[in-house]
Amino acid sequence: MEMRTTFHKRLREIQDDILAMGSMVSKALLRSIDALKNRDLELARQIIADDQKVNGKRFEIEEKCIELIATQQPLASDLRIIIAILNITTEIERIGDYAVGIARIVIMIGDEPPLKPLIDIPRMAEQTVDMLRRSLDAFINRDADAARKIAIEDDLVDHLYDQVFRELLIFMAEDPKTITRATRLMWAAHNLERAADRVTNICERVVFIVTGKMEEIGASKY
Amino acid sequence: MAMVYNLVNDNTQRKPKEYIANLEGKKGILEVQDLSAWYGDTLAIKHISMIIKSQAITAIIGPSGCGKSTFIRCLNRMHEVSHGGRVEGCVLLDGNDIYARDVDPVVIRRRIGMVFQKPAPFPTMSIFDNVAAGIRLTRLWTRRWELEEVVERSLRQAALWDEVKDKLNQSGASLSGGQQQRLCIARALAVEPEIILLDEPCSALDPAATLKIEDLMRNLAEQYTIVIVTHNMQQAARVSDMAAFLLMDQDRAGILVEYGKTSQLFTNPKDKRTEDYITGRFG
Repeated sequence: MEMRTTFHKRLREIQDDILAMGSMVSKALLRSIDALKNRDLELARQIIADDQKVNGKRFEIEEKCIELIATQQPLASDLRIIIAILNITTEIERIGDYAVGIARIVIMIGDEPPLKPLIDIPRMAEQTVDMLRRSLDAFINRDADAARKIAIEDDLVDHLYDQVFRELLIFMAEDPKTITRATRLMWAAHNLERAADRVTNICERVVFIVTGKMEEIGASKY
Repeated sequence: MAMVYNLVNDNTQRKPKEYIANLEGKKGILEVQDLSAWYGDTLAIKHISMIIKSQAITAIIGPSGCGKSTFIRCLNRMHEVSHGGRVEGCVLLDGNDIYARDVDPVVIRRRIGMVFQKPAPFPTMSIFDNVAAGIRLTRLWTRRWELEEVVERSLRQAALWDEVKDKLNQSGASLSGGQQQRLCIARALAVEPEIILLDEPCSALDPAATLKIEDLMRNLAEQYTIVIVTHNMQQAARVSDMAAFLLMDQDRAGILVEYGKTSQLFTNPKDKRTEDYITGRFG
């Protein structure tokens, strides 16, 4: 018979909340790229407004964690899980902020003509969202090996960021009139690069839950 | 000078434990070596070895019946008082075996005091006499002013003085549970022990009295070696520097599963059985 059923039931509820929050943020990130591609200002405004829900979810999870610590006094791996959850929710919430960052860039761009068709930036977003989804799976499964592998995949995002950076630099060098538009796209790419870094932080927390040790995995070059 | 140095050096090689104790300038280091204890034919604890640090609090945790109380009762030769109580192995106090043939158990119990689960002041004695009882038993005669000095010092150390200084002649039984337990601690301190063993000292107390005893233990740890048996894992985590986890093996005898820093044992235990116990998966 499983002991501490109350603790584990509440922990499962919190884990479900984390998955829900991860899903909200993934959607926000992908929609922000859609808004960027389609110059969809309405969608951009919607992403900014929806971020309040993400922030609300974060505080809800924090409150549940505090309550669990106060009432159930978890120790050892149970304590590590709660501490990791507090960190992971912060990371997810910040990824949501990067989606908001991109939405704000969309509003700034307004109806300016597009500089170029977007290829690598959407790829960065897809890779980041895929890493986020799998990192949360690794969290639920307490799978440190999977977490380590996912964290290393941040290199792919960094590589795409390099490509975007170089390409935009060429645009700017060739025609200074593109500088404003190119810089805005660079900001968008930078937001995605940071979002992927946050995923590696989540992976490090998963490793911490399993091993009790903090490992820095594949430190980003940015 | 060189000769003196060599003599000292030789001495340290012959008696490393004494040397270590002297080197640290601390007394009250307990080294338990391969300790087993029986009640008649029943083996209660088996092959326990550990070094208990001086001027620190060591918590002994584990499920009911794992031999925690038996273990600390072996540390001041109280176990042999129990019916059929028998011990094998060594307990070294600052390098000297307390079970050696020529050692008087009464002297050991004075050097290693004990406080029990239920506060048990002598009911017919006043607060003053309760604290003075140990000294009266161990010394042939004592001057009144000396006794008064010891009683005040002990009560102050036990953080009870301010609450009882005006009623020292009242019965010890007139105090609250928490005060009675601190009175028992004062009684143990009065004979100037080096080590204090506490067997579930707060299990009969409310949370406020418990926290007071815990604060008191922290203060006392600056001067004494403290070993506490507790069922309350949070208490062990709050109060101790080192923690030992005992568990019954397949022969239903207590074994030492893990011993380490409290900060490590309660956040990242090395042994799966410790992890399962402190996260409440059994016990």
